[in-house]
Amino acid sequence: MSETAIEVRNLTKAFYDADSDRTTVAAYEVEFEVKRGEFVCIVGPSGCGKTTVLRILAGLESKLGGSIDMRSENPPAMVFQEASVLPWLTVRENVGFPLSLKGVSAEKRRMRVDELLELTGLTDFADALPHRLSGGMKQRVSVARALVDDREILLMDEPFGALDEQTRLVLQQELLRIWETTGKTVVFITHSVDEALTLADRVLVMSPRPGTIIADLTVPFDRPRDVVEMRRDKRFWDLTYEVWRLLASTSPERHA
Amino acid sequence: MSLITAKLTEEQIRQLKAPAQRERLFRTISYFSPILLLLLWEIASQLNVIDRRFFPPPSAIAGTAWQMIASFEIFDHIGATLRRVSVGYVMGAVPGILLGLILGLSQPARRVLGPIFAALYPVPKIAILPLILLIFGVGDASKFVVIAIGVFFLLLYNTMGGVMQTPQIYLDVAKNAGATRFQTFFRIALPSALPNIFTGLRLAAGSSYIIIAAAEFLGARSGVGFFIWASWQTFAVSRMFVGIVVISALGYLTILALEALERRFVPWAKH
Repeated sequence: MSETAIEVRNLTKAFYDADSDRTTVAAYEVEFEVKRGEFVCIVGPSGCGKTTVLRILAGLESKLGGSIDMRSENPPAMVFQEASVLPWLTVRENVGFPLSLKGVSAEKRRMRVDELLELTGLTDFADALPHRLSGGMKQRVSVARALVDDREILLMDEPFGALDEQTRLVLQQELLRIWETTGKTVVFITHSVDEALTLADRVLVMSPRPGTIIADLTVPFDRPRDVVEMRRDKRFWDLTYEVWRLLASTSPERHA
Repeated sequence: MSLITAKLTEEQIRQLKAPAQRERLFRTISYFSPILLLLLWEIASQLNVIDRRFFPPPSAIAGTAWQMIASFEIFDHIGATLRRVSVGYVMGAVPGILLGLILGLSQPARRVLGPIFAALYPVPKIAILPLILLIFGVGDASKFVVIAIGVFFLLLYNTMGGVMQTPQIYLDVAKNAGATRFQTFFRIALPSALPNIFTGLRLAAGSSYIIIAAAEFLGARSGVGFFIWASWQTFAVSRMFVGIVVISALGYLTILALEALERRFVPWAKH
């Protein structure tokens, strides 16, 4: 449990716009570590560069400076922000997509996909096309797809951001259940303090642009968690206050 | 019937199904709406509102058409035209789609090859027909080539546009799932561009018949275009109209067939 899975040192990323000759620093000297099997949330205001950090971890974007060390056998799997479900494939084909790219035999693929459809509650929708599904169902497909080839590290980029609160609560509970059975290392990005505290072992708080980590808070609740019951715990609200205070103290609107 | 619908009254269910039934009705009507035009024409011609020498009534044209059908004369021409159009169409569409995919996905390819196609595209296809006749002779090869050229550009530009509109997130998904460049090409870019490709296929079908008619006027001994031209030379106006109707009907049916294919292969897009 104490083994390090991800180590990020001095990570800096900037964007340059040639038309206006402007340089924007998206993330500045970001540093953190994630232990194997740990669930870490990065919380911060929109535009603070948290998605950029995650995309760099996923290898979808290049870094400008610093180092990242991903100690895993395989590249990380990503659950994306918006509807990333491929509209021309059925639910089953979407979930099996990473396996089909690797040329896994149809029979093996079918067995593995069935397992994940079961795990994510999609069995009844296996042959539906995504445009028939609700937003919550589509995100279940994204989660199932990210789990299908069983990679060690799971990166989640505000996967439940576009969902209504009830659906989000249900999916958070299911994600916790899945995480507890699979023991994956998870880095989860969110702008919701509530969501971060509900899910994480540790919450990293990011400042507004240029984003950097300003706090590393341990979330003390026992596992397995009940996403509804934990709201009766006074510590939940103390931590909520703590994170909000940190976010407010760095808010640019406050100094303006 | 499931439990949820069991609680609805007959009236409510009727109301519920009405939009779908209306949609079916309109689809059926849409197949027949061109017939309305013919009806107006017939009446105008019979009443001498329009000159019968130039616009014989559709019933007279139908009579001529029937003779030609009975003598199988018309089928030779239809066969020749269809063969030229379909071979030329495939010859143009396949490279058009492939190059469209490449240019859509690769900015360097777009930078280098884009200007060449942009310069060639505006050349009227009919204007280069004499040149093509010179190179490929008066046989079918020249017809294949001139149609292929017309079809190629429409598919190139529509496919390229479709690929460039591929949401970045689909490409990210592919990359994260470990797709090779080749897989990204055929499993992401191609399906994502399919609605645009079908738009290109429909436009190209229309142009194909325009081009083949002109090509058969000039250098052919068979085909519907040749038949129209030959009828003009003998002032057989009714036969001319048969030719015009036939070639229009061919184009119309081709587009209907493509729309059916699109509903089958692009079920996720709105129609």
